[in-house]
Amino acid sequence: MPDAEEPYVYKKVSTVVFGVLSPKLIRKIAAAKIVTPELYDKEGYPVDGGLMDVRLGVIDPGLRCKTCGSKLKECTGHFGYIALARPVIHISFVSVILTLLRYTCRECSRVLLPAAKIEQYADRLKRLGKDKGSDVMRKKLKDIINALRSGSRCPHCKAKQKKIVIEKPTTFFEDERRISPIELRSRLEKITDADVELFGLNPAAVRPEWIVITVLPIPPVTMRPSITLETGERSEDDLTHKLGDIVRINQRLFENINAGAPEIIVEDLWDLLQYHITTFFDNEVAQLPPARHRSGQPLKTLTERIKSKEGRIRHNLTGKRTNFSARTVISPDPLLELNEVGMPDIMAMKLTVPERVTEWNINYLKEFVRRGPKAYPGANYVVRPDGRKKRLTEETIEASIEELQPGYIVERHVMDGDIAVFNRQPSLHRMSMMCHKVRVLPFKTLRLNPAVCFPYNADFDGDEMNLHIPQTEEARAEAELLMIVDTQMISPRYGLSVIGCIQDAISGNYLLTKNGFSMSRQDAVNLLASAGIADSSKLPKKDVVAGKEIFSALLPDDFSFAGRSKSREEPEVVIKDGKLVSGVMDKNNLGEGSGLLLRNLHKKYGRHFALDVLGKVFKLGVAVLMKRGFTTAVSDTDLPPEARLQIQNVFERAEKEVAGLISHYNSGQLEALPGRTLKETLELKILEVLNRARDETGKIVAMNVEASHTIVMAISGARGTPLNLAQMAGCVGQQALRGRRIENGYYGRTLSCFRKGDLSAESRGFIKNSFKSGLRPAEFFFQSIVGRDALMDTALRTPKSGYLYRRLANALQDLKVEYDNTVRDSGGRIVQFSYGEDSLDVSKSEGGVLNVKRAVNEALEG
Amino acid sequence: MRLWKGDVEKMVSDALKELQGILPESIYQSMAESLPEKLSESKAALVAKKLVAEYNEMKVEPGESVGLVAAESIGEPGTQMTLDTFHFAGVSEMNVTMGLPRIIEILDGRKKLITPMMEIYLKKPYSEGQDIKKVALMIKETCLQDIVTEFSINVADSRIEAQLDLLRMRELGISDVTLIKALKASVPSIVVDVKGSTLFMKAKAKESGVSDVFKLKEKAKEAYVKGVRGVTQVLPVRKNDEYVILTFGSNIKKVLQLPFVDETRTTTNDVFEIESTLGVEAARQAIIDEVYKVIETQGLNVDIRHLMLVADVMCANGKVKGITRYGVVSEKASVLARASFETPIKHIINASLYGEVDNLSSVVENVMLNQPIPVGTGITKLISKNK
Repeated sequence: MPDAEEPYVYKKVSTVVFGVLSPKLIRKIAAAKIVTPELYDKEGYPVDGGLMDVRLGVIDPGLRCKTCGSKLKECTGHFGYIALARPVIHISFVSVILTLLRYTCRECSRVLLPAAKIEQYADRLKRLGKDKGSDVMRKKLKDIINALRSGSRCPHCKAKQKKIVIEKPTTFFEDERRISPIELRSRLEKITDADVELFGLNPAAVRPEWIVITVLPIPPVTMRPSITLETGERSEDDLTHKLGDIVRINQRLFENINAGAPEIIVEDLWDLLQYHITTFFDNEVAQLPPARHRSGQPLKTLTERIKSKEGRIRHNLTGKRTNFSARTVISPDPLLELNEVGMPDIMAMKLTVPERVTEWNINYLKEFVRRGPKAYPGANYVVRPDGRKKRLTEETIEASIEELQPGYIVERHVMDGDIAVFNRQPSLHRMSMMCHKVRVLPFKTLRLNPAVCFPYNADFDGDEMNLHIPQTEEARAEAELLMIVDTQMISPRYGLSVIGCIQDAISGNYLLTKNGFSMSRQDAVNLLASAGIADSSKLPKKDVVAGKEIFSALLPDDFSFAGRSKSREEPEVVIKDGKLVSGVMDKNNLGEGSGLLLRNLHKKYGRHFALDVLGKVFKLGVAVLMKRGFTTAVSDTDLPPEARLQIQNVFERAEKEVAGLISHYNSGQLEALPGRTLKETLELKILEVLNRARDETGKIVAMNVEASHTIVMAISGARGTPLNLAQMAGCVGQQALRGRRIENGYYGRTLSCFRKGDLSAESRGFIKNSFKSGLRPAEFFFQSIVGRDALMDTALRTPKSGYLYRRLANALQDLKVEYDNTVRDSGGRIVQFSYGEDSLDVSKSEGGVLNVKRAVNEALEG
Repeated sequence: MRLWKGDVEKMVSDALKELQGILPESIYQSMAESLPEKLSESKAALVAKKLVAEYNEMKVEPGESVGLVAAESIGEPGTQMTLDTFHFAGVSEMNVTMGLPRIIEILDGRKKLITPMMEIYLKKPYSEGQDIKKVALMIKETCLQDIVTEFSINVADSRIEAQLDLLRMRELGISDVTLIKALKASVPSIVVDVKGSTLFMKAKAKESGVSDVFKLKEKAKEAYVKGVRGVTQVLPVRKNDEYVILTFGSNIKKVLQLPFVDETRTTTNDVFEIESTLGVEAARQAIIDEVYKVIETQGLNVDIRHLMLVADVMCANGKVKGITRYGVVSEKASVLARASFETPIKHIINASLYGEVDNLSSVVENVMLNQPIPVGTGITKLISKNK
């Protein structure tokens, strides 16, 4: 294995140093001096000394870089330089230059602080700079000088100081007289290294005069490639355009100076050069018109390239893109295991897993190569030991099989059992990216077990998800050991299972475990078999078995548990020695993020077992419904006539009460609640009455539609609430906008069909009708008001919470637990001496705590 | 109820006492509580063994990226929170900002809150309802306009005449003398005099036009007379068998000085006020409590440890800092990490002036350079050689 011999590279970059390039260094690193704004000659070959000089790297396939001799993609490019005819100020450093000018002497360039004071403050300043950064230090120095300044004379040479002002962006004046960059530079030159340090600059990294540019580095061609349009025309990059301007003006300035042109012309050209260089660095300087394309859109120069979300740092450096990934619509498949993902066969034939050829698997891999890219399972590429990749086609298959030998890598199709990372955006927590095992299936959607929808926050109304195939052994091992669904079962947010039964699985288990459910033993065996349990020896040897006994067949024999369910009839859930003694299985026990049943299973028997049981429970629930039949219908909301009458009465009473309150209010008999105005008191009281009325109708509905499937769903927690049902059958209720009844709209009324000042229930958004009976136009309108408000709320919330999240993640991302159990940041600063004060990992805890009582009992029982 | 150390000692046998150094305080405590009355030494040893084993199993592993987990645990439910819920607990309580805006406000370290609030507990007998209205009024800030029924300007004498509400003044316990004193303190440029129920005010400056007098009148209206500054509304509320005063507007420093206030339980929702009066440790706890309160009312479930970590990061410096580019993020050691957050150019320019060296010790820099990150499995330093 030749390439296995290569030394293992552990880490390449250990530090990144920032600094300012000196003119000398710019010349030294430059591969070429740029002298002409021309780009290409008549043949379309880059001009020597032009901006596209081949010494700066190449962007045309076929050409070779003159500096390093490499071809396109191998050569990363080389800097060039322009010698400027006159120095120019760097826009990003203007504020530093101003500080330096103002606080140093115009004659001797010493810092305007008496020697004794310098000694006194130097150490303190340096410490400040180290702790808080150089800009804080600079500010402090300014404060010190301002406080000590007496008169306008330099404490060293006694020269009189003049007032320096800046005319933004880049022009400095000293008492009305302009300071040319040349003069400016010579002043900066004279500042001693020791004084420079006081300003928070590090003389080893930057000499102040370097901030005034005399030699401008030209970025390599590779970072400003031109695009060839379909017409064969070349379209140059924004930076090339800008550099062209700079070179052109620089040449003209040179010529004019040499020709002895009048001072005004030289100055104008100089200013123009300053403008071009300023906009080359930053095209969004406040006081300058941005340089534009001919089409009028502003150029994207250096600063714009780096900053903001679409800039280099956030878009390219911290945001990575990947190959070996796939994306389509998802759909459910309850027959898959929880940690499996169903992958369309077409995808499996495009995505590959690299497998290294050894003596022992060569024949096995040859078969893949023989089948080629078109037959499944085949292979798409063969990689030679020198790293060359060869695509398998019908013609190359034979040759590749011949060639194959240990050391080669075959990129074979993805097969059942391969590792894949599955992800749904937005990836808000680590459970948004979990590792699954591939099952290659027909059809064109990615499939997942509906029980894992919750951690992904996925549904099947057209959601798409991404799938990645790790390409190295290390990546696969980490994915399988750290990211597989089993390991993510317990949420690090609250220490309970994030994976649980949903929807039908809950309804099914609820019906199964409810008292009174029974079926013949034969049916029960069938049911268990369809849930994937072949061994039905745990079922009692009776002809008729109860639902609880069927459910118990899934539980291990030594499992005991006590908990609560949502149900009012059987609130106590007791599992003793693997038998469900009492209680129903509903959302409180099987659902995600609630109850300790799943958590305890996980704790006692491990994650594989817990996930396995959960999968079986899920399938059992669905199987129960399939056997029994389960549907929801409009008739579920039918009410008997006497119930309708009762509801009618409730409304009449409520209306009377409201009318009474209003008349009390009008006659001044109403007494205000403390801290409220009279009107607010009235509103609160009316709201209370109406909400009570809605609740009462809800109760009437609940009493009269007992046995329907809709109610089963609500009670078991599978979907919907009793309130939803009441809204469908009884009455929708008061529509509240920001905690009040609806009051805006027209002057003094909500809609034109009401009287002004009408405070009655129906004119302020109380919906008497049910969804089934249908809403009146005014009622529909009120509901739409609230609906729109909710919609707006979501639309406004998403970016706000997103930004909060980004800030939190950025501030906390380096915190980690060290070997001494302290939590520290990347600088080694201790943030917590013990994580969470007790060093408990939430994702290993039971709902955030170590359940001492349970542990003690277990210890005492043996 | 927390047990005292002595009580715990008595309940715990020797075999378990050794655990004191091994198990964290909270677990040791609840162990003492859940032990049966009689426990033989051998059984006690079993319990000890079991607990230590369980505790070690549940401990965080070194390298665990607890920071990011905390960020996720707060950020993810953040998307589910409602934006502007105003909280009505009971009919007569006041509106308080809750939900996402409140969390953002706390974590930003904002100095000016949307709804500053205090919860003032009282000492006996006031907590039982004695003089509760009077006590509440003493806390509320009273301006001149609260005790004046009418302001008028006497143009001829260029002075302001105000009709005092004597009844109200008596209620608030303001005498003429205290009123004059208070007015002089809050508006120094004024000459005050009281005759009967009329208050005369005049500018100190000799010549003053009508517009000056008018301005003075507006200023005088807002003049502070009595009570606690900043407290604009008070509301006595009955809470678990005792009277508590809720206030809108917060000034805990002044409130704690009042003799009838129970200073051990009185709180405010203003983290910075807590920091300046009670110190960072108290501020840290306030951050945890306030954030937890919001999360709880939203019906979300987030472990307290995550909030602790966030609060600890905000307070690690000895001062409360917000999670913003000016606060916590600005203190990162790495240039690239700061630059990747916000205002990259500023950070890079400053770094170049100082010749900063980035040691690539945190996460983002290594992501940028395509290198393994130093958390989790990335901190192991084992190198395998292929030979």
